[in-house]
Amino acid sequence: MTTQGIQEIPHDRQQLERVTVRFAGDSGDGMQLVGGLFASEAAWMGNDLGTLPDFPAEVRAPSGTVAAVSGFQIQIGASTVHTPGEESDVLVAMNPAALRAGLKSLRLGGVVLFNTSSLSERSLQKAGLSPEDLDAMRRHHQVIDVEMSRLCQLAVADTGLTKAQAERCKNFFALGLLSWMLHRDISPTVRWIQSKFAKKPAFADANVKALEAGYRCGENAELAAALPLYHVPEAAMAPGRYANLTGNQAMVYGLMAAACRSKRPIFLGSYPITPATDILHEMIRLRQDGVTVFQAEDEIAAVCSAIGASYSGQIGVTSTSGPGFTLKQEALGLAVMTELPLVVLDIARAGPSTGMPTKTEQSDLLQALHGRHGEAPVFVLAASSPADCFAVAYEAVRLALTYMTPVVVLSDSYLANGSEPFRIPAAEELPAITVALHQDATAFLPYGRDPVTLARPWAVPGTRGLEHRIGGLEKEENTGKVSHDPANHEAMMRLRAAKIHKAAASLPPVQVMGDPQAPVLLVGWGSTLGAITEAREQLQQDGIAVAQVHLTHLNPLPPNLEKVLRSYERVIVPEVNSGQLAAILRERFLIPTIGFNRIQGLPLRARDIHAFVLRTMEESQHVHA
Amino acid sequence: MSTLEEYAAAAAPAPLTREDLLPEGEVKWCPGCGNYGILTAFQKVLPGLGLPREQFVFVSGIGCSSRFPYYINTFGFHTIHGRAPAVATGIKLANPELSVWVITGDGDALSIGGNHFIHALRRNMDLKIILFNNRIYGLTKGQYSPTSQFGVTTKTSPLGVPDYPFSPVRLALAAGATLVARTFDADQNHLQATLAAVAQHKGAAFVEVWQNCPVFNDGVFDDIIGKSFRQEKVVYLQEGEPLRFGQDKGQVLIANGRGMQAVPWEQATPDTVIRHDPDHADATVAFMLADMEEQGLPVPMGILRRVRKPSYDEIMADQGAPAGSVPDISALLGRLEGWTIAER
Ligand code: SF4
Repeated sequence: MTTQGIQEIPHDRQQLERVTVRFAGDSGDGMQLVGGLFASEAAWMGNDLGTLPDFPAEVRAPSGTVAAVSGFQIQIGASTVHTPGEESDVLVAMNPAALRAGLKSLRLGGVVLFNTSSLSERSLQKAGLSPEDLDAMRRHHQVIDVEMSRLCQLAVADTGLTKAQAERCKNFFALGLLSWMLHRDISPTVRWIQSKFAKKPAFADANVKALEAGYRCGENAELAAALPLYHVPEAAMAPGRYANLTGNQAMVYGLMAAACRSKRPIFLGSYPITPATDILHEMIRLRQDGVTVFQAEDEIAAVCSAIGASYSGQIGVTSTSGPGFTLKQEALGLAVMTELPLVVLDIARAGPSTGMPTKTEQSDLLQALHGRHGEAPVFVLAASSPADCFAVAYEAVRLALTYMTPVVVLSDSYLANGSEPFRIPAAEELPAITVALHQDATAFLPYGRDPVTLARPWAVPGTRGLEHRIGGLEKEENTGKVSHDPANHEAMMRLRAAKIHKAAASLPPVQVMGDPQAPVLLVGWGSTLGAITEAREQLQQDGIAVAQVHLTHLNPLPPNLEKVLRSYERVIVPEVNSGQLAAILRERFLIPTIGFNRIQGLPLRARDIHAFVLRTMEESQHVHA
Repeated sequence: MSTLEEYAAAAAPAPLTREDLLPEGEVKWCPGCGNYGILTAFQKVLPGLGLPREQFVFVSGIGCSSRFPYYINTFGFHTIHGRAPAVATGIKLANPELSVWVITGDGDALSIGGNHFIHALRRNMDLKIILFNNRIYGLTKGQYSPTSQFGVTTKTSPLGVPDYPFSPVRLALAAGATLVARTFDADQNHLQATLAAVAQHKGAAFVEVWQNCPVFNDGVFDDIIGKSFRQEKVVYLQEGEPLRFGQDKGQVLIANGRGMQAVPWEQATPDTVIRHDPDHADATVAFMLADMEEQGLPVPMGILRRVRKPSYDEIMADQGAPAGSVPDISALLGRLEGWTIAER
């Protein structure tokens, strides 16, 4: 579809630059579904957006309890949206438990669309709320009571659905009402319902009726008085075709794009683990498009099968999260020693051990850099937004194939599940990946090297005349024979390190965002890009000059990074860990870094970074005074 | 190229010979190690298979046996401890044309690599897994392994091994291997015949090779396969033949209603005699054969079970996932549900 652009803005509506909405309901209430459809409506109206689901930790917690609440947050904007929003402006709450859970992130005075059909003594009790609690909520927020279930039942009465089936349409009723309130066109949702339920016309009919009833009910007299009406104008998005992708989806498409451009097939060996499993799901969906997916018996088999596939000439990929990454580390050493391409996707979560599996954290950076026995250097990259996962996965394959070495890609559950508009590139826009399987048997040296990249030849089984042996034992340079020679070992250790470090020169330099003359530099990596950018922009609006760089390449570091770091009085490093990048920069460049660290399993918030920068600047003024 | 014949001769490589397979360097197993005999058998069998040398891949883990790939001039991958079946799986799935052999040992396959071992067999992965069983850890110099018999003393069991051993063939049968065989290093003919049969199998094939480690576990199988015992203690399995053994094949194993029993050949009746049928769909007899050593009966050598069912790579092909194709990214991205922002 092509976005419709914005028609005239009704004068009775308040125009907003941004708005953040949170859908909250029981896990069975279809909140993720209507959240996603609301995103499509906003995209269709030309907004930029970011979304983030908030799944319950248990598969089926008792319904009606706070543990069973499934949330979906979305920020839409008339200009670039950096995050799925921090505090929400509007909460859609389908029951008391959802109300209680959702209020935690609703701003003071925010609007609640509350399904009062769900109110009963029992439902309040399950949510752990008293009637007095409800009253208090009403004092602090604009709670708008809507008998969603009852009105929905009325709307779909003539569709032939049972009462229970009709009840299940209430999420569409809620979406209709929200769409009216925010002035979003419901036609993309109508089309989606009609195609989704093409074979079940009664359901299609009922869901459309529920949606439309919700939309119209905003105009009804009682409600109209209380309901604030908003409008968010379209954003200036670059022209092109867009799709709303989660980080995990974008990762998969990035890998597929790299397979296409390098003309090497992709092999994914994986074992289910939260929050990386969707990569496995998405890949298996694409198996007819040319990808081999192997669900292994464990994390170790997953990476080992990928190494085997790489040895056989495919792009071996394995996807995992922190605990699984730890299990794969020995095999990563093998891939370093045998100099085979390999891409390891670590979709990090809060650790250590099982930790908080559905919560986000940036705590695997040091594991990625140094987690192996021996000294086994690998490329390390980090994605900085859901859409950026595409580019980073692509870059990982490029590096793995160009340098014949493993590459670790860091993402996290915040990026993995979050989504944003992804501008679909044309194949020609993607950088070339030139790689050829070795064929020439004359004077073949398994550990001979390309003088520029230091890559050894990719000589795969089945190629006549290239029979050779590789393995985890130290290799003799050129011949690849097993060697215990001390001088050779040192040469090979230095060579493996040089392979990575030499590549730095060919990497893009970091770009300074914001005011390059500012005294303070914010240095981030990975999923904090949105929050740091928002904080920096806010500071600039407040008249405080701040510079910002964000790292994609963490090993090797970009060639100009040291020079950039040395140009600022204060270097602040915000991270969702206890200071891993801050320590690396200190160690590498001998410059003082100031960590801003939160380890709560939550993404950083722009306003916390904002406050920290202000505090740091004040303190330094005291010191200077 | 001057003539068509010369061209054809150059295009069709000379058939594989034993010399082609000889290692580049020295073979470094201890003198007298049973592994030498196994290596010889491979060098003799591979040339007869009609495959060019580059189609063979030997994948191993860690241990004395796992040095094997260095000693045969094909493609070879000496991986990490226990993980050879997993690496071999990736090799095979990325190129199903290859003949992929896993060389492993009792510690490598059954201890640290137990999980990969059973799952490769369960999936009927088209791999030939050859386990050199010497019932000891050789490379680390003499600790007990998961096939060391209960009570024997080793460096780490001065008072006797406290755990019960695995029977590799029973484990392989239970895990779902579609070919299960046993042979031993001292019988070159049997070893070669077994490997040749295994080479023809499509699917997960498992061979337990009893292998003597003269340094740390010398003669561990002697009371069964030693020259003076073999006749009485070994039953060579032959398709369609009764399970006869002993002097002049005077003894035979018969079914006795609960299991097997050895009786003089004259006492066997057509109802009770078991004619070896490795291809039988029902695995009951195969399990009985696998159990004989534990029952104190003569030990069967040969193919215990061999059934054909689709292998993992065949199933993948059936499901329409073509190995080795490359995605068309424009088509793929074109299918994404999305929207277009027009030029302003
Ligand atoms: S230690 Fe035993 S198994 Fe290992 S090479 Fe020596 S004899 Fe063979």
